[in-house]
Amino acid sequence: MSRPSDHHETPPPPKGEGITQPSLGIVGYLRFFWRQLTSMRTALVLLLLLALAAIPGSLVPQRSSDPNGVTTYYQDHPDLAPVLDDLQLFDVFGSVWFSAIYLLLFVSLIGCVVPRTLHHLKALRTPPPKTPARLSRLEAYRSSSVEGADAASAMESARTLLRKAGYRVRMFERAGELSVSAERGYLRETGNLVFHTALIGVLVSVGIGGGFAYNGQKVVVEGGPFVNVLNDYDTFSPGRFFDEGALPPYRLIVDDFDATYETENVNAFGFASGFRADVTVHEEGREAYEAQVRVNDPLNIMGLDTYLTGNGYAPHLTVTDADGNIAFTGAVPFLPQDANLTSLGIVKVPDALPEQIGMRGFFYPTAAELESGALTSTFPDLLNPVLTLNVYTGDLGIDDGTPRSVYSLNIEEMTEIVGGDSGVDAIRLQPGESYDLPGGRGTVTFDSMAEVSPDGESVLRFASLDVHYDPSAGWVLLFVVLVIAGLITGLFVPRRRVWVKAVEESGGIRLEYAGLARGDDPGLDRAVGDLAERHAQSLRVRLD
Amino acid sequence: MSDVLDSYSLVAIYSAMAVYLIAFVLFAIDIAKRSANASTAAGQLAMSEGQLAASGSGGVATLERQATDAAAPRYRFERVGFALTVLATALHVGGVVLRGVAQGFVPWANMFEFSLTSSAIIAVVFLLLQFWQDLKFLGVYMTGFVLIALGVGTVNFYVPVKPLPDALDSYWLIIHVFVAALGTALFAVGAALSLLQLLQARRESGAGGRGLAFLRTLPNSVRLENSAYLVTVVGFVFWTFTLVAGAIWAERAWGRYWGWDTKEVWTFIIWTVYAGYIHARATRGWRGARSAWLALIGFASVLFNYTVVNLFFKGLHSYSGL
Repeated sequence: MSRPSDHHETPPPPKGEGITQPSLGIVGYLRFFWRQLTSMRTALVLLLLLALAAIPGSLVPQRSSDPNGVTTYYQDHPDLAPVLDDLQLFDVFGSVWFSAIYLLLFVSLIGCVVPRTLHHLKALRTPPPKTPARLSRLEAYRSSSVEGADAASAMESARTLLRKAGYRVRMFERAGELSVSAERGYLRETGNLVFHTALIGVLVSVGIGGGFAYNGQKVVVEGGPFVNVLNDYDTFSPGRFFDEGALPPYRLIVDDFDATYETENVNAFGFASGFRADVTVHEEGREAYEAQVRVNDPLNIMGLDTYLTGNGYAPHLTVTDADGNIAFTGAVPFLPQDANLTSLGIVKVPDALPEQIGMRGFFYPTAAELESGALTSTFPDLLNPVLTLNVYTGDLGIDDGTPRSVYSLNIEEMTEIVGGDSGVDAIRLQPGESYDLPGGRGTVTFDSMAEVSPDGESVLRFASLDVHYDPSAGWVLLFVVLVIAGLITGLFVPRRRVWVKAVEESGGIRLEYAGLARGDDPGLDRAVGDLAERHAQSLRVRLD
Repeated sequence: MSDVLDSYSLVAIYSAMAVYLIAFVLFAIDIAKRSANASTAAGQLAMSEGQLAASGSGGVATLERQATDAAAPRYRFERVGFALTVLATALHVGGVVLRGVAQGFVPWANMFEFSLTSSAIIAVVFLLLQFWQDLKFLGVYMTGFVLIALGVGTVNFYVPVKPLPDALDSYWLIIHVFVAALGTALFAVGAALSLLQLLQARRESGAGGRGLAFLRTLPNSVRLENSAYLVTVVGFVFWTFTLVAGAIWAERAWGRYWGWDTKEVWTFIIWTVYAGYIHARATRGWRGARSAWLALIGFASVLFNYTVVNLFFKGLHSYSGL
């Protein structure tokens, strides 16, 4: 505690000359900045800056959590987007400025925690301080006179009481006075330090562990396999330290995908739930086994978690070209566009002769015609499956090796021959039906899979699987548990000093009780009162 | 069957709103009467000065339960208002429970239900806090707050009973959202106390003239600050737990424990602001008014997170059902 500025020992401020600053030198300046950085005030400002800096991360779409949003933002604001990108506003949480704030904050934190830990370790071994001369000046104070009692036995019983209550005690003796000095609540500072150290632990775990993390996505049609090698993923994002050899060797087959659709509750008609993918897993060196992947219930295979993140239909198509050769056959995942699974899909047939064929179309699991004549899906299950397709011929633009998304069709070099403005109505097929392309270019068949699919459905479904590996999670959890434990003890364990003093009087002693809070301690006064009462009980006297 | 229960639930909620409204009016009259009395009756003034003295010298106030002083004035309107609040809360909780029974899972899976449940938790927390110390003077604020939450919830967010989406079908829904509501309730009380603390401090310093007269019947600013701090700190622990439980659930549901989704961003912002509040209390020059402002900013962020972020921001937490 610093003394008040008007204390008589304080030299009067020099007059007239103003402030003369000593020259600090490099070390002096470094020390000065270190002191500034590790001060509470700086930490507080950094903390508030961190909160402020996070706000744009919620206003502007982030590449990490919403990459499509960023693409859309570029389309909607072509002038503004590059400026925002220069300011790293699409990557706020990896940006230089955000990182600068939290790194400074953590440096400040370390600069605060380390000396405090050393100080605390010393304090843990230091016995309670000397009893102050005038206890009555402390914030919580009680006193009473007891006739015919002797100081030594009164202090002995106070010592026992305080010991039992978890205090560390020490006896002091002065002329005509005997006192117990007691302190408790070292756990408060311990909790405080554990909390802050564990926060550093969380950051380090995320920083290092995150580097070994990776995740990949794969769309698997019923009956189809997924092999855990890099090539088999549709998309894959590795951490900094990812090593391809680290992928555990396994493969799985999606045997069946199931969903339940609400038909009773009119307020939620068609509402889907109970998504479930039945899979057969083949781990290397182990017999194949069956398992399930559900929403909120990932499947752990050899340390990797597999999540079910999406589903939809994958109509099976066969395309023959002008010569009657099968140019394409297979199930094509169509991407759902709404809750009733109206789905959009692209079919590319690069091997068709004489020209490549591209098709773009919609799949409606339960097709119904709108008044305008357009189709829509009114239920997500397969009650009236219809596939519509527009057909293009020409150059798909994939022969030169340019990577193109399988979910988009580049029609720059192509001519529309069915649907749209071509003058021919779009293909409209139900499972099992075929369509002859105009000009003898071949046929398109929407194959019924009723005999192949596991549940006899005419159209196969697909499951989107997300495979994740993140070794940091366990460490982060451990530190987070410490964070919470530290927070609770650091905030709610009271740290206080208590003194009990016996002053000899004529015919007896005067007992004094006093307490001093160290940090927030709303219960101090009550605690001192309780102590006085219990002490009186143990002395078998009544306090007045 | 579930439709019937759902309509009973709504009836209970509407009844609760009516009773809350009467309680709100009574609490408001009480505050008005306190203003009138405080400016005329010297006895009450002496009472509040007495409270000032009782709160301890040396600027460190104590927060032990206030002994009900026989000489303390009785606020008749406040007592009736409080009794009605108890009744309204019972109806309110009944409505929430009926909604839960109607759908067969916890009634906090969309905006409507969350408005219902979180405001019920706020009301219950307000009632329970009275066992700790007399905070009935917050009645007008609390009932007003609950009324607005229920009004907006029933009028703008109502959705009939629907099945639980797979994405929410997890026991973490029960834990994560419930604790979040609990934290919100404590932050609401803390914000009210911080607001009063600011007004009280202004009155004590004599800056704003004589200030609002009813403030003289309330605890002094140091006491208010200490109460606000304790309530808010408990709220902060709950909020930390909300954040952690959310991260664990995110790991189960989405495969990553933290992804800076808009809702995660705001939960983090709120956490940071309140962490700042706690540190401000231990920083010279930030204790008192400045830390109180941080508590208010924190609670404003909580409200923003619940309304604007849920309704207008795109993110993974879009289960509002609207």
